[in-house]
Amino acid sequence: MFPELNSILSSSPENFTEGEFILLSDRQADASFLIHHYLTFYLRARCRVCFLGLVQSFSHYSVVSQRLGVNLTQAKEKGQLVFLEALKASPGVLLGDESSDKTAALDYLRSPCPELRGLYEFVWNSLSRAGGEDAAESWGPPVLIIDDLSVLLSLGVSAGAILDFTHYCQATICSQLQGSMIALVRCDDEEYDEDEESSNYLLKALSHQCSLSLRVEGLSTGYCRDIHGQVEIWWRGRGIKNQRKIFQYKVHDKGASFFAPGTSRAVL
Amino acid sequence: MAAPVQNTPCSSFRRSGGRAQIRGTRNTGRALLTTSSGAPGLDRALGGGLVVGSLLLIEEDQNDSYSRLLLQYFLAEGVVSGHQLYLASARDDPDDMIQDLPCPILDDVGLSSSSSAPPADTQTLDTMKIAWRYQNLPQTELASSSRFGHCYDLSKRMDTRMLQAVQRHTFYPPQEKTDEQTSSLGPYAGLLKSIQTVIHREGFDGSGSEGKVRNVLRLGLHSLGSALWGDDVCFSESPDSGHALTTFLYALRALLRSSLSVAMVTVPAHLIQNKAVLGRVVKLSDAAVALESFSSSERQTNPLYSDYHGLLHIRQVPHLNCLMCEAPDNKDLAFKLRRKQFSIEKLHLPPDLSETVSRVSKAKGESPACGSAPTGHTPLDF
Repeated sequence: MFPELNSILSSSPENFTEGEFILLSDRQADASFLIHHYLTFYLRARCRVCFLGLVQSFSHYSVVSQRLGVNLTQAKEKGQLVFLEALKASPGVLLGDESSDKTAALDYLRSPCPELRGLYEFVWNSLSRAGGEDAAESWGPPVLIIDDLSVLLSLGVSAGAILDFTHYCQATICSQLQGSMIALVRCDDEEYDEDEESSNYLLKALSHQCSLSLRVEGLSTGYCRDIHGQVEIWWRGRGIKNQRKIFQYKVHDKGASFFAPGTSRAVL
Repeated sequence: MAAPVQNTPCSSFRRSGGRAQIRGTRNTGRALLTTSSGAPGLDRALGGGLVVGSLLLIEEDQNDSYSRLLLQYFLAEGVVSGHQLYLASARDDPDDMIQDLPCPILDDVGLSSSSSAPPADTQTLDTMKIAWRYQNLPQTELASSSRFGHCYDLSKRMDTRMLQAVQRHTFYPPQEKTDEQTSSLGPYAGLLKSIQTVIHREGFDGSGSEGKVRNVLRLGLHSLGSALWGDDVCFSESPDSGHALTTFLYALRALLRSSLSVAMVTVPAHLIQNKAVLGRVVKLSDAAVALESFSSSERQTNPLYSDYHGLLHIRQVPHLNCLMCEAPDNKDLAFKLRRKQFSIEKLHLPPDLSETVSRVSKAKGESPACGSAPTGHTPLDF
């Protein structure tokens, strides 16, 4: 959790808006530090989190979250965090091993026409249970975090199937269960990606669906060691609530600092 | 900080405290194991070496000469450190490629004493015997150097005794039988199956007896995506097996994460027609580096390039187990190949921009022509 980002977004673990669909995207930069921010933020806020780890292993998030002050293993044991280790299970599923995971969550790797229905059922099962079953503690609103959606395009899933999946998730989690949803989409330059199965197309469609968009980009002047890029934050509301702001950022070992463009300590 | 105990016994991202150190690797502060890529300049550019469990992608230069060289350095480093090798190539026979590995330059004690063998002297017969014993010692014992990263002499081939001591696995598509199973992996299904079998059989993923000495597997995959693998991503804008290469890299990275292995993959990026595929391939790797060699005319016309053989672009530096790795100073690097060294140097210096450079002291030294001297230390004061 980054305190500066919390103050920019006017949210804190005690007080945050519910029913939000937050879209993280990047171009020529890496927005995964924001995923770590949201993971630790919602775990601190005592929400029930379902995390789809499609690109990195659990230990990576665990080591980083430890440094940010949250213990992921403990959260998993207590039932607060449901982590889908999709990356590590994928070779077994792709090669058709008998001993591999038989759950339907990884169906997008299996069938000839990959679709994400199995993944949606997994998300629904993990988040729809109210905290009162045998759990001693009741958790807050459910949260779904996806890291990241554009890797599904590389695996052969069509952009339409991904949009269906996000639409279903948004309808259940944000509207029905009053929870939140965070997704990361990684894109390339506009000039290369012009067809329908590109991540740019996916990004445009998802920006229309989301309620808050954080776009991370590299600096237009090139690579700099002290300023890692800029973030454009777009609150998509109606009327006055619709506003955009741009900040430049630098990521450290234990967090990230955000500042207005041109006011980095390296430049002044 | 107490590292959480994981179920997988051999995950490379766990702190291996208390266990014997694997040769040719070292621990970094972030509970990661790193190993050398064979070229010390490349190790520095990637922030200390290759992380065990990660994937390095090399975009080949036009003639595939320098990328093939980096692959040879990578495998030779594995031989010297005693790791196991896995080499897959569709163009050249992997066994021939292994015979061609360069000879390491080792300056250990054994080499110097054997070169200075004293003439026969009956009075100092005992010391003579010790020197003769060093001379008769096989080369493989001399090769057990515990240094991190070595230099290789390209004019000599590696000794066959050293090569025989190392365990290696190869994959050469013309010699493999092809099963006609259509999966999303396309032409790479056999390769992935072979890699998974080797990892499991040799116990790199933790399966196997506890008493077995842990070792690292180095995978070298040459020219993935080229037409010789049966993939048409290099000559078609909308290939039929469009997702075969990306699915394979995704599954390969998953295999690497759960085992003690490191992979170097070279891809003929200049042939890939659809640039979106190249972007996806880079994002699916942990570290990505592109080589661009100069033609002889470029070297003569541009004075900046005359000392070097090509440019090295760092596309991506891995940041595993941390929010952000140590960012490199600048990304404009050039390489130069000499007989004994593949050196990577900065092409030019970046502007002197740093948070610790103090500018207030400079302002105080000047006599202000306009108004009072600056008193505060806030950066916005003029």
